Amino acid sequence: MKSKNKWLSAPYILWSAVFIIVPLGMILYYGLTDQTGSFTLDNITAIASAGHAKALRVSLLLSLVSTLVCFLLAYPLAMILAGVQVKRHNFIILVFILPMWMNFLLRTLAWQTLLEKNGVINHVLSFLHLPALRIINTPAAIILGMVYNFLPFMVLPLYNALSKIDTNVINAARDLGANHVYTFIRIILPLSIPGIISGITMVFIPALTTFVISSLLGGGKLLLIGDVIEQEFTRTSNWHLGSGLSMILMVFILINMVLSAIFDKDGEGSML
Amino acid sequence: MKKHRMYYIRQSAAALTILLSAALCGCSSDKGVNGQVIVYNWGEYIDPETLLMFEEEYGIKVIYDEFETNESMYPKVESGAVAYDIACPSDYMISRMIQNGMLSEINYGNIPNAKKNIGAQYFEQSRGFDPENKYAIPYCWGTVGILYNRTMVEEPITCWEQLWDEKYADNILMQDSVRDAFMVAEKLNGHSMNTLDPAELEAAKNLLIEQKPLVQAYVVDQVRDKMIGGEAAIGVIYSGEAIYTQKENPDLVYVIPEEGTNVWIDSWVILKNAPNKENAEKFINFMCREDIALMNFEYITYSTPNVAARELIEEEEIKNSEIAFPDLSQYGNLETYVYLGEDGDYLYNELWKEVKAY
Repeated sequence: MKSKNKWLSAPYILWSAVFIIVPLGMILYYGLTDQTGSFTLDNITAIASAGHAKALRVSLLLSLVSTLVCFLLAYPLAMILAGVQVKRHNFIILVFILPMWMNFLLRTLAWQTLLEKNGVINHVLSFLHLPALRIINTPAAIILGMVYNFLPFMVLPLYNALSKIDTNVINAARDLGANHVYTFIRIILPLSIPGIISGITMVFIPALTTFVISSLLGGGKLLLIGDVIEQEFTRTSNWHLGSGLSMILMVFILINMVLSAIFDKDGEGSML
Repeated sequence: MKKHRMYYIRQSAAALTILLSAALCGCSSDKGVNGQVIVYNWGEYIDPETLLMFEEEYGIKVIYDEFETNESMYPKVESGAVAYDIACPSDYMISRMIQNGMLSEINYGNIPNAKKNIGAQYFEQSRGFDPENKYAIPYCWGTVGILYNRTMVEEPITCWEQLWDEKYADNILMQDSVRDAFMVAEKLNGHSMNTLDPAELEAAKNLLIEQKPLVQAYVVDQVRDKMIGGEAAIGVIYSGEAIYTQKENPDLVYVIPEEGTNVWIDSWVILKNAPNKENAEKFINFMCREDIALMNFEYITYSTPNVAARELIEEEEIKNSEIAFPDLSQYGNLETYVYLGEDGDYLYNELWKEVKAY
């Protein structure tokens, strides 16, 4: 019976071999060779050059800020969702995930139209005689785009973690005299840590590697590391440098994954 | 040098097309009675109606694929992942492809419309990158210039220098591509836009860094929609887009700057390993036919080198448009990009990254 079941995983193993392992191998190959095909570490040490290092710093900063904002927005929402009756929460989650059914690029383009100088928001503001909003082509617009696009990835793991908390545990804490704040700090927050870690991973990694949001909402004035890599592939056709820089990003992703493996033993993130 | 619109979205559509066509190539039922031809062109750079007409007239199935930049086209053609028959790169990329032996010589005997309809001056101009006119048949050409909104500027814009005027801070759109951005700075400095002189490049880089605080955004084709919507007062744009934007917003004016600019030609080329060379010749011949060239001109509004097609344009205003058909002899200091070699490209890209990261 057991050996029979193993065969069922064959399509998946084949899939991951062809579309995950092979491309990863190719990135390693390109990253560690130069145009002539001989071994070099130049593509990796290139991260130290002023332009690349700054792009990485800016990317890290922006993705940290947007992860934090996502967390602060998502936690209360997830608590509310976990608290409402079963019948209604499915509907609320649906409402929350609904925008994700639309293409991510379209949604980002929509934000551009909303935020532009003569955009929808500013038209409404000027109609109400309020001062215009000037955040398009600034880092703030990029953070807004990141938060908007990645917020559901924070909400769902948090919701999963919070809804798994046994209400008896909370009731016990209240019975023993803990007030709301104390219950939250000592019971709810620690029990939701796996969800928090998953949420952070799932927001931080795409935010760190994004390139579309920065070019659409940031006006191309802020160079993120994702932009650099994208351009090495599509414009300058220096796949070696692009792969080398991708490997640097993978280090950050690996650190993040190790952290989540330590904290998230139940695999809350996999609920997506 | 045509710029696609909304390319991220269409890029994924293009990827799908390739997948589909690759899957379909295997079964002969998909081919036309006379086989197929695989065309690789800029995004939104043809009237799709003409492709259907070609299929109907010749019984040849057209598999049509689009690229976004010369630089993204090159590795795909080079790798041979899809065996394209025809591509439509720009001047400097054609010279790179010639140097690397990727193109097949044109047999003009099989493409009679080329010499008949396309103006001799365009073949002459092509010699800059294709010295004996052996490989490339001009499809579209144009200039790079300034588009400005006359209601948003204090005086007419005539030169690149005004893109450094602090009056227009946050009202300037620059091109987000390395050669076009450096071209502006190099022309302003009075240097060649094909320079490899380190001091001249350094000067151009510093100029671009100096300009950065004034720039509202670095964009590719979004310059069209942003200018139409009045988002910015001044934008660097391709002449082919200018006609379209003026139709949408009559306040917009296109000028070729005094310091000189880039004159570019995109041309049809047949690839060395084209599996359907005869069909490719028929396709190019069809595209050079005056009525088809006219349809394409009216659809994409990029200047056509097809003199016979220009004669057929009914609207006098367009036929004699200074934007679509400028008399280049009255402008000084016009240049066409040449391929700078791998080291040259690398140098430009590194400097551009410094500008963008600054």
